[in-house]
Amino acid sequence: MRIDLQVREAVDRLELPFNAIGVDPFGISKKDLRLWGTLTAAFYRWYFSVETSGIAHVPARGRAILVGNHSGGIAIDAAMVVMSCLLEMDPPRLAQGMAEKFINRVPFMNEWASRTGHLTGLPEHAERLLEADRLLLTFPEGARGTAKLFRERNSLVDFGSGFIRLALKTQSPVVPLAVLGGGEAFPTIANAYKLGRAFGAPYFPIVAYGLPVPLPAKIEIQYGAPMHFAGTGNEDEAIVRGYVERVKEVIAEMVESGARKRRGEPPPQLTEGS
Amino acid sequence: MRVLIPGASGAIARKVALRLKDEGADVVGIDRRPWLDAPIEFHEVDVRKRAAEDIFRKTRPQAVVHMATVTSLAVPGEERYQINLGGTRAVFEYARAYGVEHCVFVGRHTFYGAGPDSPLFHGEDDPPLELNRFPELADLVAADLFAATALWRFPELATTVLRLCYTLGPTGHGTLASFLRGKRVPTVMGYDPLFQFLHEDDVVRAIVLTLSKRPRGVFNVAGPQPLPLSRVAHEAGRSVLPVPEFIMSGLLGRFGLPNLPAGALNHLKYPVVVDARHFRTATGFEHAFDEMMTIKAFRDAFPVPW
Repeated sequence: MRIDLQVREAVDRLELPFNAIGVDPFGISKKDLRLWGTLTAAFYRWYFSVETSGIAHVPARGRAILVGNHSGGIAIDAAMVVMSCLLEMDPPRLAQGMAEKFINRVPFMNEWASRTGHLTGLPEHAERLLEADRLLLTFPEGARGTAKLFRERNSLVDFGSGFIRLALKTQSPVVPLAVLGGGEAFPTIANAYKLGRAFGAPYFPIVAYGLPVPLPAKIEIQYGAPMHFAGTGNEDEAIVRGYVERVKEVIAEMVESGARKRRGEPPPQLTEGS
Repeated sequence: MRVLIPGASGAIARKVALRLKDEGADVVGIDRRPWLDAPIEFHEVDVRKRAAEDIFRKTRPQAVVHMATVTSLAVPGEERYQINLGGTRAVFEYARAYGVEHCVFVGRHTFYGAGPDSPLFHGEDDPPLELNRFPELADLVAADLFAATALWRFPELATTVLRLCYTLGPTGHGTLASFLRGKRVPTVMGYDPLFQFLHEDDVVRAIVLTLSKRPRGVFNVAGPQPLPLSRVAHEAGRSVLPVPEFIMSGLLGRFGLPNLPAGALNHLKYPVVVDARHFRTATGFEHAFDEMMTIKAFRDAFPVPW
């Protein structure tokens, strides 16, 4: 397969400690990144026509946690966020997602995930990556987030609090982000939980048109200003939940205004005294 | 310094013995396997036998490097259990009884087990996982944990438990090296775990350094970054032969392959990788051979067979 030139250049410019044969200490391989990047870049540019804004909010170097809303059945949003950091940042960065546990049990999928830097979503992995000054990508809604049905696509379900404890413990900034269009690209009408479990996955998403392939909907990614929290990570759950809610509010606001814009509605007018 | 090495006939142990001798130590070896024309004082006895205790009593070593454990799964389970756990127990009992100052248990990083949910980098505090799926490793895990009990049972004896990653190098000794010997390296289709390995000479240096620094505690020992198995095989000039898992597990116990549970295949599906920074801090250890040099050393000694 012909490797995309921009992807090749971006991968070569990644500031990761690759060894002589292009493998980093976590097992990320340049060869696999190029291949994966070429496939995904085609989706990023042409299929989903991804529009990224606010990429300057992502720190150019050093540890940071990207925190986003999840939607779209099969985590298309995650792939597009990774792509936006690779293609739109200068220098490019590799956002490393936290993979669902079942992925590690599936042949080929586990190989692909580990070679492209998406380790299983264990707190140990997240902490180690941040200590190595990597860019971590998390979706605190987890699989419940991708399981959202079409009509719920712009809502948020409960956020886990692990990412805030991690941010406090490792002193990492949290970069909120909103992805719009994931739900339109993969309009789930129902989830078959039993069928999913038969394959070891949390669920199997079902779409109205039968084939579980994404539609060419436009995807927009918006990054917000980094949020800093001071602490140790051992705070009471109530305090941590408070921080989680602040991040969630910022993301909800970005999703809401983005969704309004997509519907062609004007932003809400501020009335006097409000 | 007088150093006693149970298991001295092993490939790595011989190198350790020679290095210590070169550095001026008085080295005594014990092994039930012979070491012909050994350049050190060598006794062909089983460490669990009375004769071994006599050697402890007569030679009065200051340090003991216990390398008499068996990893080969070709050795029947009951015998492995006797050697690994019984032998370790005997070594520590004698060490305490005869005034040894420092006892080093040379264990393996496979202690942590390979499985889908285990983290990529293991710290020394991590428990052994997946033992239920691969009970054949229980004897080595038990020996490791038993050795560590000496830390509180015999406070007067400085105890170091080392968990060494795979060894690779010109002698072709060890689990990984044996696996890479042939022209084609079988892998489980759809899986390509990271393998962490250290050059034989670095292993020797790590053990010798442990003797001089005497750090108490449990330490992972590793050097260069890990590499995917397919890349290791490729760099060693071998090709990989991906075999579907159901065929692979069906082959176990047949055609001369060891009779292992399907859980053993986890070691070809998932990585066992350790974080060795505590050892580096405690001893100042730095590896001399990086991962590429290490593979090259193996490849030069074992060119691709025709």
